[in-house]
Amino acid sequence: MAKAPHKTSYKTELGRVRGLGSARSGGHHWLTHRATAVANVFLVVWLFLSILLLPNFSYPAVSEWMAKPTVAVPLILLLINVFWHIRMGWQVLIEDYAHEAGGKLTAVMLLNFYVFGAGALAIFAVAKHAFVGVAG
Amino acid sequence: MATANKRPLSPHLQIWKWGPHMAVSILHRTSGFILASAAMLTLVWFLMAVSGGEASYATFQYYVMEATAGDPWGFAANVFFRLVGVAVTWAFFQHLFSGLRHLVLDTGAGYELKTNRTWSLVVMMGAMVCTLALWASAFLGLL
Repeated sequence: MAKAPHKTSYKTELGRVRGLGSARSGGHHWLTHRATAVANVFLVVWLFLSILLLPNFSYPAVSEWMAKPTVAVPLILLLINVFWHIRMGWQVLIEDYAHEAGGKLTAVMLLNFYVFGAGALAIFAVAKHAFVGVAG
Repeated sequence: MATANKRPLSPHLQIWKWGPHMAVSILHRTSGFILASAAMLTLVWFLMAVSGGEASYATFQYYVMEATAGDPWGFAANVFFRLVGVAVTWAFFQHLFSGLRHLVLDTGAGYELKTNRTWSLVVMMGAMVCTLALWASAFLGLL
């Protein structure tokens, strides 16, 4: 039996180089995907109801809503959780349908740019709005 | 890498017979894709627009909901976002119900042919009914 590859090692086993062994991270991926799914049920249903219950979509109403700690905090948690879940789900799609190593690597890289980029922008926007409000 | 090609690949779509169980699986991926792209990009835009202040929120509202009459680009954007709205609400219900079904399947339950078929149909019908109910009540001014 091959030892589980140590994360901090720069050495790669021959079997893994040739694409034979498993990455040994599948179980963790699978469980995290489910854990984020369960959290999503609560967070996204909350967002859905919270938006439906807004009195109207005028700027003062929406701005006041988003600055509340009880909205800003779940929003940030939602963004982290949803983009994390997207990253894992979309990775499965890529691995299933992109059969060539080069295309797969590029697609996973672009996916990472998307989830980290969009996630960071959105979290920053929520945090800035809650902390600073609208700067004059 | 010749050896790498021996690894198992996902089953090809064309060898499967269409049925509710297959459709619900495909729709889980389709709805996830819609939520990951259209829904999240619109949400990120919305959050950035609100934090940007009144003017940037007005721009968001203009293109998503209420462009002035006679502006063809604004009108096209409004129509586009109506379609996105319907697609995203359907995808939300579909992915939610289908995801709950998957969590039950993960416990090892519900794989009997009839049970599996029934719950696949329930998921798809439920998502369509909820989407229709939501937009009908919005259209009738009940929300």
